Amino acid sequence: MVMGDMEMKVDLAVIGAGPGGYAAAFRAADLGLDVALVDPRKRPGGVCLHEGCIPSKTCLSLAELIEDAGRAKKMGVHFGQPRIDIDGIRAWKNSVIDTMASGLAGLCRGRGIQWITASARFVDASTLQLDSGEVRRIRFKRSIIASGSTPIPFPGTSFSSGGCIMSSGEALALRDIPGRLLVVGGGYVGLELGFVYSALGSDVHLVEVENRLLPAVDADLVAPLQHRLEAMFARIDLGAKILGLEERQESVAVSLECDGRQHDEQFDRVLVAMGRKAAISELGLENTGVETDGRGRIMVDDRQRTTEENILAAGDVCGDIMLAHTAMRQGRVAAEVVAGQSSSYDVRAVPAVVYTDPQIAWCGLTEARAREQNMAVKIVKYPWKYSGRARSMGAEDGLTKLVTDPASGRILGAGICGRDAEGLITEAVLAIEMGALAEDLALSLHPHPTLSETMGESAEIFLGSPTHLLPKKGP
Amino acid sequence: MTTSFRLPDLGEGVHEAEILSIPVTEGQSVEEGDIILEVETDKAAVEIPSPCTGVIESIKVGSGDMARVGDVLIIFREKGGGEAEELQQGKAEPVGTAEKRPGAATKKTVVPASPSTRKMARELGVDLHEVHATGSHGLVTADDVRRHAGAEGKAAEPSEPPVAEQSAAGNKDSASPAISIDIPPLPDFSQWGEIERRPFRSIRRKTANRMAASWAQIPHVNCQDVADITRLEEFRQRHKKDIEEAGGRLTMTVFAMKSVAAALKNYPQFNASLDMENQQIIIKKYYHIGIAVDTEHGLMVPVIRDVDRKSIKEISIELREAILRARERSNSREEMAGGAFTITNAGAIGGGFFSAIINHPEVAILGLGQGRKQPAVVRNSHAREEIVPRLLMPVVLCFDHRVADGADAIRFQRLIIDALEDPDELLITMT
Repeated sequence: MVMGDMEMKVDLAVIGAGPGGYAAAFRAADLGLDVALVDPRKRPGGVCLHEGCIPSKTCLSLAELIEDAGRAKKMGVHFGQPRIDIDGIRAWKNSVIDTMASGLAGLCRGRGIQWITASARFVDASTLQLDSGEVRRIRFKRSIIASGSTPIPFPGTSFSSGGCIMSSGEALALRDIPGRLLVVGGGYVGLELGFVYSALGSDVHLVEVENRLLPAVDADLVAPLQHRLEAMFARIDLGAKILGLEERQESVAVSLECDGRQHDEQFDRVLVAMGRKAAISELGLENTGVETDGRGRIMVDDRQRTTEENILAAGDVCGDIMLAHTAMRQGRVAAEVVAGQSSSYDVRAVPAVVYTDPQIAWCGLTEARAREQNMAVKIVKYPWKYSGRARSMGAEDGLTKLVTDPASGRILGAGICGRDAEGLITEAVLAIEMGALAEDLALSLHPHPTLSETMGESAEIFLGSPTHLLPKKGP
Repeated sequence: MTTSFRLPDLGEGVHEAEILSIPVTEGQSVEEGDIILEVETDKAAVEIPSPCTGVIESIKVGSGDMARVGDVLIIFREKGGGEAEELQQGKAEPVGTAEKRPGAATKKTVVPASPSTRKMARELGVDLHEVHATGSHGLVTADDVRRHAGAEGKAAEPSEPPVAEQSAAGNKDSASPAISIDIPPLPDFSQWGEIERRPFRSIRRKTANRMAASWAQIPHVNCQDVADITRLEEFRQRHKKDIEEAGGRLTMTVFAMKSVAAALKNYPQFNASLDMENQQIIIKKYYHIGIAVDTEHGLMVPVIRDVDRKSIKEISIELREAILRARERSNSREEMAGGAFTITNAGAIGGGFFSAIINHPEVAILGLGQGRKQPAVVRNSHAREEIVPRLLMPVVLCFDHRVADGADAIRFQRLIIDALEDPDELLITMT
């Protein structure tokens, strides 16, 4: 056999080593399968680790620190103006990625998973062709596609490293701190990265085509954040459209339409955060029976099986919700199904977090969705201005709310806007998954003073007698 | 504007109903009064008419789902016809996608259960919708799933808790019903030959629960006798045609109903219910008699009210109509409730002696077998005994020994038999 012509045979070939792919590979290996994990990057982690969740949260932690230091003024503590060393921040961020990637690579090795750096393409429903490395073909019994997603570019433009029109990945490369940054899109990516660059010193101008930020989140949860961002950002234009972007030497000419008026503006950088699409174009799916839906996502059932018998899929490539934690669960389910278990993607409360300050987190049924579906629900809300802990940390602009079944008080959904919403939401996730009632939440002790009390008191509102609020009169 | 249609209150005590069929589809225009759903409660099938004129925007249930009173079943868009097509087009894509998805589950209501319980249910192949929940407000626990998996096909267990409660309340039988019996899981029958699994629900399940509850709770005594219905049969044959012309059907059941009503007046302890909670016997002053009807859907018991105040002819007509409705499953919920005593007549199908199970909370049930020509010893006009062919019908009475005793039961049964043996007497006792 000639080098470069080697064929490998495995039980399971996992395509893509992001959270969906590595979770699938790890689980399958733990279940005794012979697994190959193929990804074009040198180390596992995917977009999440290398240019998504982890680097953005690293930057957001710093941004929050900067903001907190500024806010401490009114509490009698004065810091000087922070000096931003972008090279230092970049190095710190890269070291975080590096540590985590080494860890994942070690977990791969430790489980005996064959790691292959290459792009894979289906030749047929049992063979993958690889574009580089010693191994050129993988023959597999089963395959799990977890190739992830790519950012959607603005029409007529493309992303390139070093360009002035950036995707989230390029923005997180932290090449420099632009003076004027235009953020296109008021979803969580636009808000988070706008927050980072604003804290680092950029004048951030955000444009969203809808009439509100975070259209998928209940408006009352977005309000405190919007209030905050309006003070931080140079401008937020809602219901506004970008008519054109033209990349110039170290700047971008932008044609905008706000309030029905059209004007042109120059920005140093533009961040396009208009969403992501499934990364399927290079997979050679046409050589298999794998079908995609109208939006270009691979169709799967609740057991992650595609329309091709021996091929499964997990994560962004097949997901409604593009989140790392849903991808991981789907990856594990796919691996278990491959191993013959009766697993299914049976999740009732998918938590989502926007890591701005204040944070927004929600899970399960939203109020808006309940209304849309004409479901009878009872909404209870606890404003953080009544929370001693929120006051003590100067974080009183927050809200905890529960969406409940009016008859039983069963928790159906929850939403939080405020500091550490990322940690607080997990209590609601557990409550929903366990089928807990508002009474269960109310009777579970919450340490005082903590922000978690806002969850317990929301449940007490349902029962009609919250401690730190006057009960509502009448039925 | 959209309106959601919720499962309405279907009558006393009905909290849920099974969706039998949905004769409409999403995007379809309906007129007010058009039938949009067929649902089934424990004993009656009900057709639900559309409350408004409009377009079905979405259907929130599938056939076979259990819906609770207040659940949203259908969402209407109340507008002109032009929009209907638009809606349909809007729907077409996602619906198609859903169907294409391999193994996609049908949309059902969410059954509260923890993730580990759901996992166990998947592993045991248990549908959470079918599990009897013991947790708070319908929460299905791991034990519920285990019990369901172990007891599939066995009816008794959902009715056990009330028995245990009653015994705890100071029942004299308190010791025995509290004993829990471990029923071993079923073997895999397919190892011995072909099997088929059928759903156990709806009327079948309800019947199973009620019979098991009755059997577990009531100390049954079974009294067997025969009635010589030779004369009654002659009487029946003579008047059959008239009744038929009036739209009725003159059967033995009709005569049995009249004789039972008369006998109940003399022995009210058989027209009773036992109130364990208050330690009282409730005597009913009305004579509503339920008739067990065999239908292709299962056993139904429509109730004929005030049998004591109605003529043979009236009852013949009313009973025939009730039976027809039962076969079409169109009895109203109200019609199935309120019985104080039940008659079950196996004679038409050819049954002989049998032991019936009391329709709890009633305390007695009368069973009739087939009248058959048999040699009987009778005294002729010369006071000499001779053997002649007579039409003899098995009459069985099952009663609750907590409420009545054997001697009274025999007297009560004798009264019924006397009336059946002597049509003149029967007619005279009638008001």
